[in-house]
Amino acid sequence: MFKNFFPNKILSLTNKTINSLIILLILVVVIGLTYSLLLSPPDYIQGDAVRIMYVHVPSSFIALGCFGFIGMSSICNLVFKIKFMPLLAKSLAPIGCIFSLISIVTGSFWGKPTWGVWWVWDARLTSMAILFLFYVSYILTWKFIDNFERANKISSIIGIAGLFNLPVIKYSVDWWNTLHQPSSITLTSAPSIHYTMLVPLVIMFFGMIIYSLIIFLMRYKTEVIKFKLDKRKNYK
Amino acid sequence: MLSKKVKSRIFFLAVSLISVAIVIFIVLRSLEENVVYFFSPSEIYNKTDISFDKKIRIGGLVKTNSINKNETSINFIITDLKKEILVSYNGLVPNLFSEGKGVVAEGKLKDKKYFVADKILAKHDENYMPPEVSKALE
Repeated sequence: MFKNFFPNKILSLTNKTINSLIILLILVVVIGLTYSLLLSPPDYIQGDAVRIMYVHVPSSFIALGCFGFIGMSSICNLVFKIKFMPLLAKSLAPIGCIFSLISIVTGSFWGKPTWGVWWVWDARLTSMAILFLFYVSYILTWKFIDNFERANKISSIIGIAGLFNLPVIKYSVDWWNTLHQPSSITLTSAPSIHYTMLVPLVIMFFGMIIYSLIIFLMRYKTEVIKFKLDKRKNYK
Repeated sequence: MLSKKVKSRIFFLAVSLISVAIVIFIVLRSLEENVVYFFSPSEIYNKTDISFDKKIRIGGLVKTNSINKNETSINFIITDLKKEILVSYNGLVPNLFSEGKGVVAEGKLKDKKYFVADKILAKHDENYMPPEVSKALE
């Protein structure tokens, strides 16, 4: 039942839904940016450089989350051969890719004034760079392999291989000495970040989630249409 | 419920995932020396195979009241609250470099207690708060 359900459901997605999501996005992002850039206080050590965090942390989170989904759907794809799984993963990849790049770039903008360097090869930064490379190779597989089945298989293997990198990124700051600071927000203890900074962070996080959702829905719909149109299944 | 084919695929995938995870674990374990970005003073103290010509990084907290500045050079003590190393450095330190805060120094060990740095990085911790709150905490 659920095999045929999802792709058809997405086809009934109208511009009306997208438009209302866009309005919500603008609202959340405007509130989030006002809060994080104007209303929230500067940090006691970093000063205004702390404001980079409001973009950096949600971006990293989405980059990791997207790859988590890609890896999971790659597993479902290889094991259960569910037709819409590769389309789902394929639509998520560019979102995660761009957010991992944003995370790396904003991180180095933050690193220069705080650490004194743009980039170091510590465990966190290196594993994040590897995640970006996984995204790039995943996307390139779909771009350059014409045969759908082959591209599907290879990209799924990349997706599953990349899954191993995720816990390494997450726990790199706990397992090894890194220049990157450990997580401020954990499940087990109270956040070591003051609530005047936590609130804008959470708002920005929701803003970016909504943005990703919009892009995902639009891309996914396009992929499903392309897939249905092309009976020979050698579409790009 | 699951067909035989699906079951065998699950089995194959599980076995390969577990074996890859083990391989990655072993590789990371054996490369630990290279994966860590810096050594703490205690790790230096306990290390038996220190090379004094190779560049390494040490990190910890800048000991309170240990910064000794003159015109061109700065001396301070890196501590992990157990062991200490005296660091000497010529050059500018990052803005966030201060007493009681995290620091990473890159350079060469002269002996287990003395380090000559050619690069100083400030390490930030996971605490974020407005200035008023940090004042109130003091």
